[in-house]
Order: sequence, then C-alpha cells, then structure tokens
Amino acid sequence: MEITININGTDHTADVEPRRLLVDHIRTGAGLTGTHIGCDTTSCGVCTVLVDGTPVKSCTMLAVQADGREVTTVEGLKSADGLHPVQQAFSDEHGLQCGFCTPAMMLVGAALIDENPAPSDDEVRWAISGNLCRCTGYMNIVKAIQAAAAAASSNGDS
Amino acid sequence: MTDTTTTPPEIGGIGHSVKRVEDARLIEGQGNFLDDISLPGMLHMALVRSPVAHARINGIDSDAAMAVDGVLAVVTGELMAAHNLAWMPTLSGDTQAVLATDKVRYQGQEVAAVIATDPYAAADGAELVDVDYEMLDAITTPQQSLAEGAELIRDEKEGQTDNLAYTWETGDEAATEAAFASADRVVSLTTHYPRSHPSPLETCGIVADVNSVTGQATIYMTSQAPHAHRTLFALVAGLPEQNIRIISPDIGGGFGNKVPIYPGYVVATAASLLIGQPVKWVETRTGNLISTGFGRDYYMTGELALTNEGRIQAMRVDMLSDQGAFYSDAQPTRYRAGLFHVCTGSYDFPHAHIKCRGAFTNKAPGGVAYRCSFRITEASYLIERLMQTAADELGIDPAELRLRNFIQPEQFPYETATGFVYDSGDYPTALRKALDAAGYEELRAEQAAAREEGRLVGIGIAHFTEAVGAGPAHTYDIAGLKMIDSAELRVHPTGKAILKLGVKTQGQGHETTFAQIVAEETGIPATDIKVIHGDTDDTPYGLGTYASRSTPVGGAATAMVARKIADKARHIAAHLLEAAPEDIERSADKFHVAGSPDQSVTIQDAAFAAYTNLPEGMEYGLEDVTYYNPPNLTFPYGSYVVVVDVDPDTGVWKVRRMVALDDCGVRINPMIVEGQIHGGLTEGFAMSSMQWITFDDDGNCIGSNFMDYLIPTAWETPRFELLETVTPSPHHPIGAKGIGESATVGSPAAFVNAVIDAVAHLGVRNIDMPVLPDRVWEAIDSAGG
Ligand code: FES
Ligand code: FES
Repeated sequence: MEITININGTDHTADVEPRRLLVDHIRTGAGLTGTHIGCDTTSCGVCTVLVDGTPVKSCTMLAVQADGREVTTVEGLKSADGLHPVQQAFSDEHGLQCGFCTPAMMLVGAALIDENPAPSDDEVRWAISGNLCRCTGYMNIVKAIQAAAAAASSNGDS
Repeated sequence: MTDTTTTPPEIGGIGHSVKRVEDARLIEGQGNFLDDISLPGMLHMALVRSPVAHARINGIDSDAAMAVDGVLAVVTGELMAAHNLAWMPTLSGDTQAVLATDKVRYQGQEVAAVIATDPYAAADGAELVDVDYEMLDAITTPQQSLAEGAELIRDEKEGQTDNLAYTWETGDEAATEAAFASADRVVSLTTHYPRSHPSPLETCGIVADVNSVTGQATIYMTSQAPHAHRTLFALVAGLPEQNIRIISPDIGGGFGNKVPIYPGYVVATAASLLIGQPVKWVETRTGNLISTGFGRDYYMTGELALTNEGRIQAMRVDMLSDQGAFYSDAQPTRYRAGLFHVCTGSYDFPHAHIKCRGAFTNKAPGGVAYRCSFRITEASYLIERLMQTAADELGIDPAELRLRNFIQPEQFPYETATGFVYDSGDYPTALRKALDAAGYEELRAEQAAAREEGRLVGIGIAHFTEAVGAGPAHTYDIAGLKMIDSAELRVHPTGKAILKLGVKTQGQGHETTFAQIVAEETGIPATDIKVIHGDTDDTPYGLGTYASRSTPVGGAATAMVARKIADKARHIAAHLLEAAPEDIERSADKFHVAGSPDQSVTIQDAAFAAYTNLPEGMEYGLEDVTYYNPPNLTFPYGSYVVVVDVDPDTGVWKVRRMVALDDCGVRINPMIVEGQIHGGLTEGFAMSSMQWITFDDDGNCIGSNFMDYLIPTAWETPRFELLETVTPSPHHPIGAKGIGESATVGSPAAFVNAVIDAVAHLGVRNIDMPVLPDRVWEAIDSAGG
C-alpha cells in the first residue's frame, strides 16, 4: 500500500505492507533510529512519537494508519533555533542515563508543556506514566520536564 | 553536599557535577544502540522457543517455515551439534544447551532459529517450525527438585544422579553451634527472595558479521563485558581470538542482564559463518523475560544468637537457591553462591556459619548479579530483615539494636566472621544522620498515636554494607580470567587526550566520570579527553562492568595510568624549566618549580614537548597503560529509612518518605552518583512492592511481558530524599568505592521492614516480597488484627 507520512516536516512516501508497524516504518523505512522498541505489549513507551502533536506508541499503530498525518520523532525536536527546551533540560537536570527511554520521554514532555505551561510534579508523573524508565527512578525526568516548561514559558515571555 | 573538589570547574576534576558528554548524542536520537546497526546484506534471525517447561524432542519439521517467502535457513540443534556447538559452558562451570537436541528443560528455551531476509519473515517462519514434544513433568521449585524420586532434569550430564546443582559452605560451624547453644535468645527468619528480572528497556541482541574469506568476525553485541566475551567466543567457537572483534555499542541498560553469553548470540554467529552474510538477532521482550539471566530466587533461613540485651553472638544461615535448568550464575569461580557470605552485614560478632545448596528446576537459567555484586542483595536483605525480626522479638527499638551491634569506626579494617576485610566506615554516624533527617523520634510518637486511632504507620530501617569491585587476582576470577581491569591514556601533542577503558558503560556515564579522574590527576580539562570503550580492537583488556566494579577497578586503573602520565610530564616540565624533577610540583593545572610558582609550564606544554623537545634519554610520546589488580574489595554502605502508611482494610501501603544516606567514598561526579542512587532505589522499591517472576505448576512463566511483570512507573515510584557521608576507601587510589548498585542492595529491606514495622505489634514477623496488598491483608487478618 502506498502511504505518505509527513515525518519531522518532510513527506515520506513508501509502499508498505499493511501489517507493518509504524515504529518499524520509522526506524527502517525512514531510517530514523532515535525511536526505540522495548516490548511486545504496548507497555514500555520507548517507541512513543507525536502523531499530529499527540503522543502515540508507534508499536501499536500501523504505518498505514499514519498515512496523511504528521509524525514528530526525537530527530524533529531540534529547530533552527537550537535544541528544544526539553532536550536542554534533560541534559542539564541529568534526566537520562542509558538514554533508551529518553527520546520518548522528551516527546511526551514536549507535548505536555505545550498544553500545560507549568505542570506540577504529579501532573508530570501522570503524563509520563505510560513510559517506563529503568535507570533514573524518574526524579530527574520530572525535574527536567518542569525545568523545560519554565524555560519554554520564559522564552515565550521574552 | 561535601565539597571534595581540588580543581577549578574548567578542569572539571573529581567532585564536579560535570554535565555528561554522552547526552549530546542521546538527546538528539543519535545514539547507536544494537538494533540501530544495519550492515549491507544483513539477514535477520528469529528464535523458536519451547512453549513447555519439560519435554523430550522427538523431531523438528522445518518444511513449512522454509516455504515462507524470505526465509533462507532453519538452524536446529542437530546442525549446531554437527559443528560441536549444541552446548556451551556457563560462567559457573556448568554446560548449557545452545539449541536443544534432546530435551527442553524450561519454557522459552531455544529450540531452533529461522534466518530470513526481513525480521517479519523470520518471525513468520519461526511460527511455522513444527516441533514434536513428548511432555515430561515439570519441576518448579527447588524443594520438589531435591525431594526423593524427583525426575532427573540434567539426565545428559555425566555423573549427575540428582537435581543438586552445587553445595557450598563457609564459616566456623563448631564455634557457631556453641554460641547458639549458650545464647540467651535465638531469633530466626525464613524468607524467599523471589525471582526477579533485570529487564533493561533495551533487550539483548547481536549483529554477527563473519567474513568467510578472511575469517574476521566482527560482532556487535549488547555486552557488559566485551573482552571477556571475546575470549569466551574464542574458546567456545574455536575462532582465533585476534580475528574476533566485539563491539558493544550504546547499551540501553544492563543491570547484569547483559553479562552472560546467550544462545542467540552463538546461533547468530554460527549462522553468519555458515551463510557468509551478517546476521542480526534482537530479542523480543518476552524472549528476554523468559529466557535470559534472572536474579535472586533464594530461599533463606537465617538465625541470630543474641544476649538478652540484644548483642549478636553468632549467625547461622541455611540457603537453598533455585538455579533453573542450568547453573549459570555469573560469579567468581571460587564462590558457589556469589558473595552471599557477606550476610553478616554491618555488625560486629565473631561467629557465623553459612550453608548453601542450589537445585536445578524447569525454569530459565541465570542467577545473574541483577544490579548487585554477586548475591549481595540477598545477603543484605537477610541480615537486615533479621535485625527487624530480632528488634520485634526482643522488644528493642530497631535503630537502637543496630547501634548496639555496629562495627565501630575504630575497628576498621575489620575482618568479618566469614573472612571479608571491610575497608572503612562510620556506621553509627550514618544511621544517626539518616534518623535525624527522617525525624525518627517524632515518627515513633506519631506511630504510637496512630495505633491508638487504628491507623498503621511503619518506619523501616536498613543499614547495608556492600562488597564490590571484584576483585583481587588472588581470589577473584571468572572462567579463569582474573578480575583485573585496565586503562590506556594517550596524550596528543596539543594536550588533548584519549582514554581507553576495559570496562563498558550502560548508562553510568563513564565517558564523563573517567575523564574527570584523568583531569584530576593530570590537569587536562575533562572536556579535552575522549573516552573510548566497548570495542575490543581499540581498548585494553578488562573483565567488564557489573558488580559495581567499574569505579573500584577501572577507575583505579584510570587514576594510576594518569599518574604515570603526570609523572612523565613532570620530568618533561623539569627539563623545560631547567630544574630537577624533584623540585617540580603540580597544581591543578600547572607544573612549577617549588617555591617559585611563576616558573611554570602547563600539562599542554609538557605534552607538546613529549613529541618535540625531550630530555636526553627519554622515550618520545606521552602514553601508557595500566592493568590494575585491586588489593581488596571496596565496601560502600548506607542507612535507609522508609516511612509507610498501611491501609488495614486493604493491605495497600504507600511510601510517605524515603530517606537514603549513602557513603560510597569519594564521589567523582555527585550529579551522576545521585542519579545512580535514584535508579537503584526505584529497583529496590520495585522488588519489594510488585516486581517478580512466578511460574504455574506446569512451569509456565507468569511474568513473560510487561503487563504481568510489573515495573513501577513514575506514578507509583516514591520521591527520594538523599543524604551522604564520605568515608574514602583507604586502598583505592582516589578513595572511591562504587555506587551503581548500593541502593538496589540496601533498599528492599528498608521498604519491607517499614511494612512489617507497621503491623509488628499485631504479631506479624514476615511477609515475603513482593509485599503485595493481599499478602499484607492476609498477614493482618491471620494475626487477628
Ligand atoms: S515498544 Fe513498548 S510500548 Fe511500544
Ligand atoms: S535512561 Fe535508561 S531507561 Fe531511562
């Protein structure tokens, strides 16, 4: 089946098997390996991307379902102005260790602060509760997302 | 926070919370994890695993699988046997099936492999491999396994007449028995530390690329120990070691899971060799959970002999471990139950006797050191749970009981009843500091008041001592390889450096912290030092990263090689300054003549001179390598205090506070140390509250995916309050002890003790982990609460 997905601002047209998972299409079709795979049951969240701005586990969506939609992966977070505030904050606050969950965590964080410019500790924890991290104990991930929110709103103010 | 820095932030030596260099690639999705590797002509492998726990294989029919579009080959045990690769040695001197030929011995065991041009085709093919199984009874507990008349699981093993995997004991039995015979009080606890799984978010995998013309085998693999794996590959597969290059790329968490060699690695390598194309295998999550290295599964009975005042006289332990179908603990050769004999903990008493047995069962093999230094987690749990039991039985406050029995600061170095020589510590200060931060007195008062109102509040304490950094060559080896480690430092003419390590990070930040050690010792800014690790062609030999050994052993090697470089640079500086080498002193970033700080050169000047202007007779260049053989283990410790509220009607417990004081000696990068502690505490919380692998009576694994095997999310995970004391290791070059595993080792007992403390007045003494609400409710109910 021929599909066109806009990934990080660029249209990707490809002929895919209907059963092909979006995550596999992103990783091997589009060659963007920042989106990871960590389970077989939609439980770990390391495959999370934004589809039309909403976090979606890309292992649980078929590539064909994303036809005509906009997908943002970690590779699309950075802009001409530099790193996205969540990227900077994850590094500043030591929000990552092995880095395997990180792309997904940052995307969920970015989507959250788009909607909620000053999320509380609980709000961040609830937002990332579909994403596992095995290394950090979440403390610094929460801190990073809150720091990114603060940085994003102060950028917006200036 | 204790400031231990001696360098300015621009140098970024020890004690600075330097931002991690590895982050730059990881936050942009530019990490290079195993599954990101793709080679021209690469094929894909999927494993066929046994759906049953114990069965004889009568035949394998691959025809339907071979008919799938894209499937090129089906590899069976028979084919592996033809190449003498159907079995391989384990890290504990047993053998393990690579692909089953005779029987399957656990659910999930590897039976065949399908090689195809695409991963979907490989998976389709694997579905269609038809294996004829003749069912046998499954043995799912070590107690059943050792019972009279139990079916022999390892019938292929010469000389094996029962299901006993090993026996091991240590300590002075006679003295211990005598102490028990004359004790005022004897307290005992029987508990099971359940089977758990490290399950890093990245599963295991390999891309094997064996060139049939040159014989060169380039093997990308999720390996915590690439050098040791190279040697084992050479020994198992008979490949010449110089032709094996193992590259361990970015690793998405290890926690001990990526220490063993798994059948999938061997089959993929053999397939690449036979087909002449690269072969990739990436484990599914279910494959990871049901077949790769589990942790724990110790059934323990511990006893303490005490005086009426609560002074411990002796300890006696009887332990039975469930090894699964193959005895494959990754552990030092001499110790059959890892370092479990560190179970005398932080306390001063003369006698102990520890008896261990392991049994084969129809479960996955493993026994890996899951965020743990070889069974220290089980040991620490046992003694700290026993201390709680003793406090409850004797009616002594659990903090007070510990203070009465602690090894005192002036007793270090302290030899324990089982022969460890603890390096340094100040346990009373640590515990008091943690208790003060938690507000212990007030909490006890609140607890008493709460009980009056029918509310249950528990305050749990654990004070652990770990033994990490294996280890001295006289005692520690794995598969004969001494547990030394190495570092190579090359300083280029412009003063920029490359540090090559034998150890391998899986998220601990070695690329940052090891550069800081060099910065401290040489004055080269940490940002000018590139750290290379994980590629056996490009790094010196080492035993790898597990058991918290990177900082104690690899970190020490790094400090020592940096000192050699600094010393050569000092001689060059003397030449440049026309002074005697003895008169040259080093400050954070300069060499200068003693007494005249103005007469100085930088390390960069000395580096340039090493290639341009040397003193007579000195060899050109500024590089060196050190192999470090540690004189002893290091002994990090900590005091943890947990406060829980328990709902008496449902058994649900919530962590109100978690105060964690860690003393890991000198902290190289405090930010990274704290991150390690957060992660470790979370895994401790996980094991105490929800994370375990169980089996039904037929040996079906319950916990084969993340819906059944529960890992805490951010929502359940408690917030942590961290504290520190700093007691350097006297024998480590920079005084560091290691931190990666402390919190996982120490915290489960603190969480469980907190729940027990909440219900101890009802007569409850034990609830096994995970402390699930129904178990708590049941305990309260049967205590008549
Ligand atoms: S890979 Fe685990 S949720 Fe998608
Ligand atoms: S940083 Fe390793 S899983 Fe989150």
